[in-house]
Amino acid sequence: MSTLDSKVPEGPIKDKWTTYKDNINLVNPANKRKIDIIVIGTGLAGGSAAATLAEQGYNVKAFCYQDSPRRAHSIAAQGGINAAKNYQGDGDSNYRLFYDTVKGGDYRSREANVYRLAEVSANIIDQCVAQGVPFARDYGGLLDNRSFGGVLVSRTFYAKGQTGQQLLLGAYSAMNRQIARGKIEMYNRHEMLDVVKVDGKARGIIARNLITGELERHSAHAVVIASGGYGNVYFLSTNAMGSNVTAAWKTHKKGAYFANPCFTQIHPTCIPRSGDYQSKLTLMSESLRNDGRIWVPKNLEDAVAIQEGKKKPTELSEDERDYYLERRYPAFGNLVPRDVASRAAKERCDAGFGVNKTGEAVYLDFKSAIERYGKEQAKIHNEENASSARIYELGKGIVEAKYGNLFQMYEKIVDENPYKTPMMIYPATHYTMGGLWVDYNLMTNIEGCYAIGEANFSDHGANRLGASALMQGLADGYFVLPYTIGDYLSNDIRTGEIATDTSEFSEAENSVKEILEKLVNTNGTKPVDYFHKKLGKIMWDKVGMSRNATGLKEAIAEIQELRADFWKDVRVPGGINEVNRELEKAGRVADFLELGELFAKDALVREESCGGHFREESVEIDGEQKGEAKRDDVNYKFVSAWEYKGVPSDAQLHKEQLIYENIELKQRSYK
Amino acid sequence: MSQSKFTTIGRKVLMALSGFFLMFFLLQHLTINMLSVVDPDSFNSVSHFMGYNPVIQFLMQPILIFAVVFHFVMGMYLEYKNNKARSVKYAYNKPGTNSNWMSRNMIYSGLVVLAFLGLHFYDFWIPEMDFKYISGHEEEPTRYLVELNHKFQNPIKVGLYVLAFIALALHLLHGFQSSFQSVGFNNNKYTPTIKKLGNIFAIVVPALFAFVAIYHFLNPLHQ
Amino acid sequence: MDLTLKIWRQKDAKSTGKMVTYPISGIEGHMSFLEMMDILNDELIEKGEEPVAFDHDCREGICGMCSMFINGEAHGPDRKVTTCQLHMRMFEDGETIHIEPFRANAFPVLKDLMIDRSSFDRIQQSGGYISVNTSGNTQDANALPIPKKDADLAMDAATCIGCGACVATCKNSSAMLFVSAKVSQYALLPQGQVEAKDRVLNMVNQMDVEGFGSCTNTGACEVECPKGISIENIARMNRELMKATV
Repeated sequence: MSTLDSKVPEGPIKDKWTTYKDNINLVNPANKRKIDIIVIGTGLAGGSAAATLAEQGYNVKAFCYQDSPRRAHSIAAQGGINAAKNYQGDGDSNYRLFYDTVKGGDYRSREANVYRLAEVSANIIDQCVAQGVPFARDYGGLLDNRSFGGVLVSRTFYAKGQTGQQLLLGAYSAMNRQIARGKIEMYNRHEMLDVVKVDGKARGIIARNLITGELERHSAHAVVIASGGYGNVYFLSTNAMGSNVTAAWKTHKKGAYFANPCFTQIHPTCIPRSGDYQSKLTLMSESLRNDGRIWVPKNLEDAVAIQEGKKKPTELSEDERDYYLERRYPAFGNLVPRDVASRAAKERCDAGFGVNKTGEAVYLDFKSAIERYGKEQAKIHNEENASSARIYELGKGIVEAKYGNLFQMYEKIVDENPYKTPMMIYPATHYTMGGLWVDYNLMTNIEGCYAIGEANFSDHGANRLGASALMQGLADGYFVLPYTIGDYLSNDIRTGEIATDTSEFSEAENSVKEILEKLVNTNGTKPVDYFHKKLGKIMWDKVGMSRNATGLKEAIAEIQELRADFWKDVRVPGGINEVNRELEKAGRVADFLELGELFAKDALVREESCGGHFREESVEIDGEQKGEAKRDDVNYKFVSAWEYKGVPSDAQLHKEQLIYENIELKQRSYK
Repeated sequence: MSQSKFTTIGRKVLMALSGFFLMFFLLQHLTINMLSVVDPDSFNSVSHFMGYNPVIQFLMQPILIFAVVFHFVMGMYLEYKNNKARSVKYAYNKPGTNSNWMSRNMIYSGLVVLAFLGLHFYDFWIPEMDFKYISGHEEEPTRYLVELNHKFQNPIKVGLYVLAFIALALHLLHGFQSSFQSVGFNNNKYTPTIKKLGNIFAIVVPALFAFVAIYHFLNPLHQ
Repeated sequence: MDLTLKIWRQKDAKSTGKMVTYPISGIEGHMSFLEMMDILNDELIEKGEEPVAFDHDCREGICGMCSMFINGEAHGPDRKVTTCQLHMRMFEDGETIHIEPFRANAFPVLKDLMIDRSSFDRIQQSGGYISVNTSGNTQDANALPIPKKDADLAMDAATCIGCGACVATCKNSSAMLFVSAKVSQYALLPQGQVEAKDRVLNMVNQMDVEGFGSCTNTGACEVECPKGISIENIARMNRELMKATV
């Protein structure tokens, strides 16, 4: 297949999904009982898909590497979920949500998919409330909303700072109901290590039981990849330790195109790294930027003194501080989108103005907010001559009510009181917009193999808006895939059970076994983490927030070298047929070492700056926007979909041209 | 799904209900004991009433015995089951950091109280049964105070009684508020009060029992 | 700082295990407990020994996967944190740290510090859900107002991460805090009313079948719970059960 057919239905964008649903083939209930579906991953997308498909009557086999489906990393999402409910009466609509998402994604997502996402968003909220998800409510007992990520309406629903957790537990409960009915067979502590194709169609998987180490063959009429994103290619990220690209990457190696791997979101407000031992980064909700002001010292000497611990940030006067976001982007200030805020922090730290001992941190200061709220409160309470201590106390109360739990979390980790001394933050990898290429049906270019949630590429373009990841995962799993997959499976009602004792399954199992044996028998000198950390450093330094051709070429060469070294020198203790955490890690890192190269290659090919992808060569030369990212719609208005050809360096690029009929393309400006 | 007759929660509720009953009984017993100090004549007449009223003797007394037996049999059964729920114990455990001694050792304070009940029966209940039903003596409405007083002339016995009351206090310090929790009574508004009330009950009631024993030890009656 | 670790090592579910002593040095206060374990494991691998297997995933205190019993307490000496959020600054130079898996017969050890908590999943499967299909025609989310107080209490109960610290801590290995958190969440919401009776009966029954002990109200669970879930929920479940039985 050389051209990519997105299979977007004809007709006006508003009617596409409805018309589509009205015209697809359905599978009757008796036949659904004869059809098996495998779902890989039990996060918001996988969990909701597994539950819904099982409700409909299909036999679902769900797999997760954790000890329970409830632990998938969707659980860590804090902020909220968007939906075009317009409960606040502020003029929200499907079109506005669609528009904001496409614009936020810097015009690199597929219009029809995004519109459908906006269309079903309201259903998600209804469904979750019916499941008993305890969303925040106002005193009238109705659902509360907050605004998020710089959009102009309040459309974000939330459950304290644990929205992802509550939505995931909702999907998990829906799964539990089906597990109890016997419609979902749940395989915990199982990792998919290959997809099996029979006559060109995805018909099963090879999975490793992570307790016994046994390789298992599982067959089905369709395979759904919902294994999340690949942010851990950077080693340090806000992803879970186990989050990996393996399922998606193995699918890619079996023929599925990998789309836009270089589109990665670096989140600006994470707790900075404290040392080389660090294993993971913790995100602080973006909402902090509503009240916190970001700054670094204006003078290099002050920055150095702070790095060496000789000076404290509170000792710097106002005019010794550089509020660089307010300086550079007067219109949006501290509320510029994630990618812009992240790059600006990196720019200051690269110039030597970082404020912790690693030199990779900037301040997020609540002093002015505390003062502002304090004065406001003093007025409300009619305290005309309030002392500054009293004003501080009043203001602190408000800040505590809004962000108390985040401040507490920060203090637990960093051991500093953020009310007294400014918080330190630094950007960290958070979400990957790229993923397996899918058409309108969410099917990859392997027939019968679907990709949903963060594992696919479809809805967020080059940059994802806040509170949209949860929306997409649940939209795909609850409301999109269950329809589109039926259309495909209607051809499979006469197929019968897929046998696993065939040559296709044997071959796949053997190749998996070969890799595992190679890993445990290499008997080198270095633990897996050594390679993962090295890969992470290459990616962060050269394929991180800001990229250029020279760096990318170097990265590709270095990754190739590292990969060769890995296969020569990795040490994986223990055997295959037992619990072996190092072996699990080694397999995942082996795949990251391949993906990393494709990632850099994709970044090299895309000679424009758009969304999370910033090419130093593509910036505005002059005018008001001087130095800002410059998108190139003439040459790069396409999805890059990579076909595997043996090694990542040989991967072949296919372009899906993006067509915008409902939105006018504009350069983003936050000045 | 099939339901066993009593879930673990059901058993706990029954533990709590029998506990409530026993606490009520303690109050009643204490009231009569106190009479022996403040109003010896009434003590004799109330004791006589309790000893010969058929409702007390043939209805309330069996219920009480049943409640006592149920409470300790169920307590021991639950302890056995609970202990069995973790067959490999921790090599290093610091339970004192998250719960108090009383709550973790109900079985021991309970067993001390149970042992005391044996002694108490031996001292009072068996002689009483013998007096009334085996030896078949005539009713003697004024004998109670003197008998009581004589029983407490032995310092070792008084010491044992006081020890038992301390165990009872420890048992009640957890048992009182725990019973409320078990029957589902826990809310922000009333629970702090219940806890305070429980502490008062758990200390004052056994202390007064002990006081009565010591009082009689210090004030021997000569007849 | 330099520390002495005493860690439970057990080859697999069938083997018997024992405590093994490992010295470790160069630990900094800013490290998380699991980062200290990572360092130990890398040292073990370089020495050619088998690393210590332990469960962990999100490392930000929400997935509920990490589960160590550290110095006699579930998730260690800090309060309202999971093992992954515990920092080494809570310990002193030269200290001996005892590390064991969460122990209960309903949580069999799989290897070293890894345990099998599928009993929790089975309890949830027995009734921890509201039976509603995904149709796209569910009634509007705002059709049924819910008093803020109830919604907030339901949320407090729903924050349970299913780590099992309550069971590990309880002297009776009771799962009451875990089960009551789910029962409470639904009992407080109108959507949960229809199946309320069956839910509490089935979940409590399953809890008993799994071999968890019974609650004796020591309150240890709520102290060690990383999410601070209150035993008020247990009282609520007791009420729900009585309502369903009587």
